[in-house]
Amino acid sequence: MISLAGRDILHAWGKFVFTGIGLGLLIGVTLIMAGVYRGMVDDGMALLDNSGADLWVVQKNTLGPYAESSSLNDDVYRTILAMPGVARAANVTYLTMQVRKGESDVRTMVVGIAPGALGATPGWPPYLVAGRQITRAHYEAVADIATGFKLGDRLSIRRNHYEVVGLTRRMVSSSGDPMVFIPLKDAQEAQFLKDNDAIWQSRRRTEANPAFNRPGVPGLLDAVIASQSTNAFVNAVLVTLQPGHAPDEVAESIRRWKRLTVYTRAQMEDILVGKLIATSAKQIGMFLVILAVVSAAIVAFIIYSLTMDKIREIAVLKLIGTRNRTIAAMIMQQALALGVIGFVVGKITATFSAPLFPKYVLLMPLDSIAGFFAVLVICVLASLVAIRMALKVDPAEAIGG
Amino acid sequence: MSGRGIRIEGLRKRYGEGDTAFDALKGVDMQVAPGEVVGLIGPSGSGKSTLLKCLGAVIDPTAGRMTLGDEVIYDDGWKVRDLRALRRDKIGFVFQAPYLIPFLDVTDNVALLPMLAGVSNEESRAKALELLTALDVHHRARAMPSQLSGGEQQRVAIARGLVNRPPVILADEPTAPLDSERAMAVIRILNDMAQKFETAIIVVTHDEKIIPTFKRIYHIRDGVTDEEAGEGREFA
Repeated sequence: MISLAGRDILHAWGKFVFTGIGLGLLIGVTLIMAGVYRGMVDDGMALLDNSGADLWVVQKNTLGPYAESSSLNDDVYRTILAMPGVARAANVTYLTMQVRKGESDVRTMVVGIAPGALGATPGWPPYLVAGRQITRAHYEAVADIATGFKLGDRLSIRRNHYEVVGLTRRMVSSSGDPMVFIPLKDAQEAQFLKDNDAIWQSRRRTEANPAFNRPGVPGLLDAVIASQSTNAFVNAVLVTLQPGHAPDEVAESIRRWKRLTVYTRAQMEDILVGKLIATSAKQIGMFLVILAVVSAAIVAFIIYSLTMDKIREIAVLKLIGTRNRTIAAMIMQQALALGVIGFVVGKITATFSAPLFPKYVLLMPLDSIAGFFAVLVICVLASLVAIRMALKVDPAEAIGG
Repeated sequence: MSGRGIRIEGLRKRYGEGDTAFDALKGVDMQVAPGEVVGLIGPSGSGKSTLLKCLGAVIDPTAGRMTLGDEVIYDDGWKVRDLRALRRDKIGFVFQAPYLIPFLDVTDNVALLPMLAGVSNEESRAKALELLTALDVHHRARAMPSQLSGGEQQRVAIARGLVNRPPVILADEPTAPLDSERAMAVIRILNDMAQKFETAIIVVTHDEKIIPTFKRIYHIRDGVTDEEAGEGREFA
């Protein structure tokens, strides 16, 4: 038996191909949307992987340092280092800001890393694609290649300038902003560094306060102003564990004895995926549903129109003894062919356009496979209206009157 | 009557019920022998289309008996179970417009019926080509329907009606869209095919040009048929 659907498609190939391309662009957008979600999750996982930590110690009762602000004194890490099972502990600061790049600026997450060495201090960029790690205590930076900085470039954070001495790759925040690593002390200063007018106003207010400016206590005012000009806080302490120690047990120990909030890797993943990007995920999910409905409507409309065009032929086919299932199969095969054309076009579109998007788009093979089957299901459902109409055609319509 | 041909006795068809009931056929008798071409003539609303649909096993009669060859296909409420297979294997249709499938070439338009009956593609196409040759359109075997003239399309439609060697062919105004010369050619072909394949052919027509060619004519008026002898004129 010949393929009636195949012959019809070949006969009206232009209509099928152009409709398939239109549908394919929609499917491409759908795959990209799924890729954006996967990219967001992957960014979060990359953030956790690259921190090199087993535990995150943050301000009590906060979801810091990524989902909420968190503030700890920068000497807390010393007491954590003394806890059983802790191998290494290091301060870290995170500050999302615009970093000056010549005449323009670039949105980055500035990470303050404690002095130390790669492998010995959590928080350091684990690998470089060019240059070296930070070796000086001030004014050196390692930048993610996505920032656009090159080795030797000078970047400005607040009023200070930094030389880019190393470049790294795929070091991003949970929202996809590329990272710039600078020494911890510089980062602490950058978090609270004010402009000259603000500093002058602050000093004037302190001088006017009789509690701080006592004639009988010389040096008190200078000490207060000095304390206001420095920042002794960090956002979190990154902890690595000694071999053989369970993260949950060490985390519980720190919670109990240091009265701080501690997250394990699994808990941090839950925070990033379940809270930080949950709203975005729902938004993307809504778009996916809308795109699926629009795709189904397009396929249904096209297949319905094509079937309407063939009503007389369908009546003749039924009159001369064609089975209903043969006619239904013809319509369904056409819908599936449209879906396959659309998926191929969509997959190609998504693959080639994904790198052009500003945010990371991760196209997972399993998503594509699931998308392919979803398209087929949508096409089958969309063809049902046309099939129902075709099966209701009375073969008597082929006979006059 | 021999084993082929068609016979109907007392065929009735009622539409609706109660006060709105309408009898479209009021006891039609008709008999067409194998190899015979008869005309069925009647004004609009006379019951022609209803009779054709009953003969074509598209609608069920209300009463009467219908025999196709040796097989009773309807008898006062009883009917054969698979009307679709009956239409495919035992009845050929030729319409006013050819209604060829636009996305199949000429050969496959004709070969489709045997394919639907489960015959292999090769054998079906061989049967189709044999008929296309008999009807002198074999040179257009690979053409699409849109590339054919009106006369060629009608010959292909006749080939499609004949390809399963049905005992009866129902031709509904087959010459309406054709000029005199082509109309006579179609009637000649139908007569030739009736003779060659021992097929009973019923031609429903208003066409004054071809009415004199029938040897027997059934007139239908108000749901009742009258048989009369035709002129049986030679084709021009």
